[in-house]
Amino acid sequence: MARKSTTRRVVISTIGAWFFGFLIFFPILWMVLASFKTELEAFAIPPSFLFFHWTTENYATVQERSDYFHHALNSIIIAGGSTLIAVLIAIPAAWSMAFSPTKRTKDILLWMLSTKMMPPVGVLVPIYLIFKTFGLLDSRAGLIFILCLGNLPIVIWMLFTYFKEIPRDILEAARMDGATIGRELIYVLTPMAIPGLASTMLLNLILAWNEAFWTLNLSTSNAAPLTVFIASYSSPEGLFWAKLSAASTLAIAPIIILGWFSQKQLVRGLTFGAVK
Amino acid sequence: MGQITLQDVQKSFGPVHIIKGADLEIADGSFVVFVGPSGCGKTTLLRLIAGLEDVSGGKILIDGKNVVDTPPAKRGLSMVFQSYALYPHMSVRGNIGFGLKMAGLSKDETNRKVEAAAATLNLTPYLDRKPRELSGGQRQRVAIGRAIVREPKAFLFDEPLSNLDAALRVQMRIEVTRLQKQLGTTAVYVTHDQVEAMTMADKIVVLNGGKIEQYGSPLELYERPANLFVAGFIGSPKMNLVTGEPAKQQGATTIGVRPEHLKIERDGGGGWQGTIAVAEHLGSDTFLYVDAGPLGMLTARYIGELSLHAGDHVSLAPDPARIHRFDASGNALRN
Repeated sequence: MARKSTTRRVVISTIGAWFFGFLIFFPILWMVLASFKTELEAFAIPPSFLFFHWTTENYATVQERSDYFHHALNSIIIAGGSTLIAVLIAIPAAWSMAFSPTKRTKDILLWMLSTKMMPPVGVLVPIYLIFKTFGLLDSRAGLIFILCLGNLPIVIWMLFTYFKEIPRDILEAARMDGATIGRELIYVLTPMAIPGLASTMLLNLILAWNEAFWTLNLSTSNAAPLTVFIASYSSPEGLFWAKLSAASTLAIAPIIILGWFSQKQLVRGLTFGAVK
Repeated sequence: MGQITLQDVQKSFGPVHIIKGADLEIADGSFVVFVGPSGCGKTTLLRLIAGLEDVSGGKILIDGKNVVDTPPAKRGLSMVFQSYALYPHMSVRGNIGFGLKMAGLSKDETNRKVEAAAATLNLTPYLDRKPRELSGGQRQRVAIGRAIVREPKAFLFDEPLSNLDAALRVQMRIEVTRLQKQLGTTAVYVTHDQVEAMTMADKIVVLNGGKIEQYGSPLELYERPANLFVAGFIGSPKMNLVTGEPAKQQGATTIGVRPEHLKIERDGGGGWQGTIAVAEHLGSDTFLYVDAGPLGMLTARYIGELSLHAGDHVSLAPDPARIHRFDASGNALRN
């Protein structure tokens, strides 16, 4: 029996959706609000929600004390670079697994995923030593390399699921039409997979942007992205909530804006294949 | 030119033999239909010719040249898929012209050929639409356009009409046949629908369990089926197969009589006695399903209207000149 969509039900579910949406968004809102407070108001009990002395002083201090744009540029290069390389490696890998699977394809996919189950700290020492030996510490190339490797399993998995959805007939039609494997990839498969490709890249960009473990451990200043910039505000001198909030707001702003404008792609990409 | 020869072509997937040695000669310009029940290997055989599957043994010759190691793109064949397999991100123009673009033709040349193909198939008004904006029949036409524009040695059709509704299917059947005759290009067509096979083919290949049961013209198959399988498969309604005493009298293990070769007489006439279980009155034909006791259920066809109804007793007399005789292993006995 189909459920009746009465006005009451619609009202309740709308209120519920807004409530949970707000609940999830609240920490971010709180952080943004705190960034406009003075240090004293930032940890006042009881906290003031909107009626406090609004100030942009924290942003000025943060910009004075450290170079936001230097870190932001590093974040863009590292997140963007690692995403691009990961996708370039993942397209042929996912293609071959989706369209000419062997007995071992499933095992390989699971093995790749299993690497994500290992806590990264378990390999911190060997990776640190490797980076040291090759002079990759505090270099953008090194971070691009490690973030690319870290996210590659997810990228391959996502692309694999998108490619699986593409009817085999269409690729065979292209083959009958005289397309070589390379042209089949360029003219047929990739354009058809663009929605999936876009959401995979977006998700990977967000993951790489927010990645803190490797960036904090393998960079200090030259290659340091925004994660290091935020962390520098939790210092031995004590926690400065308002400044930390200002730094965090600055750090997440670009990715939130990007996510906001591409939310349709993101939702479509993440639910692709879930409903036939 | 488009002569296709199969010499002992075999295909196995692991331990499963799908095609158990097929020999076939397809003449240039002919329309050959592969027909058989599902799982008989007809689509696999087509895909082997296309090169979308590799043969496990034997040779495939196109115009005398063995192509088993030639990739599909280089065989000079084009294929129409059951699902149409149009490129969803390209316009009709892009879809039809894709093969020409891959072949490196100039833009002008491609456009000229695409427009000529579109005109043949009445697709000109739709050239700039995407496949999703077309109806099933139009998509089918685009798929055919994509096949003809490349002027291939042969067309391969993989059940291309099975996704269309009945009326459109009949119309497309006629169009495909006419187009093939007009172009004079060899065509290999796979279907499970024996009416399609009978109406479209110059020659029919009946496949069963990965083996070619018989190869011949539609009427040859209808009039002289080589064995029980072909006898039962070709013709609608099915041929009546009778064993026992009546067969023995004819010196055979099984005899077959087509429903249209049974003379229907009211009770008391000669031949096989029975009671009508179901009578179908179509106006142009009358089909009687008769319970003939030890002989089993028999089907009889009468051209025109016959006022007989369920429960009536009838006698069915087979036309002696039209009795098919089969031996114990199911092969036809010839006089």
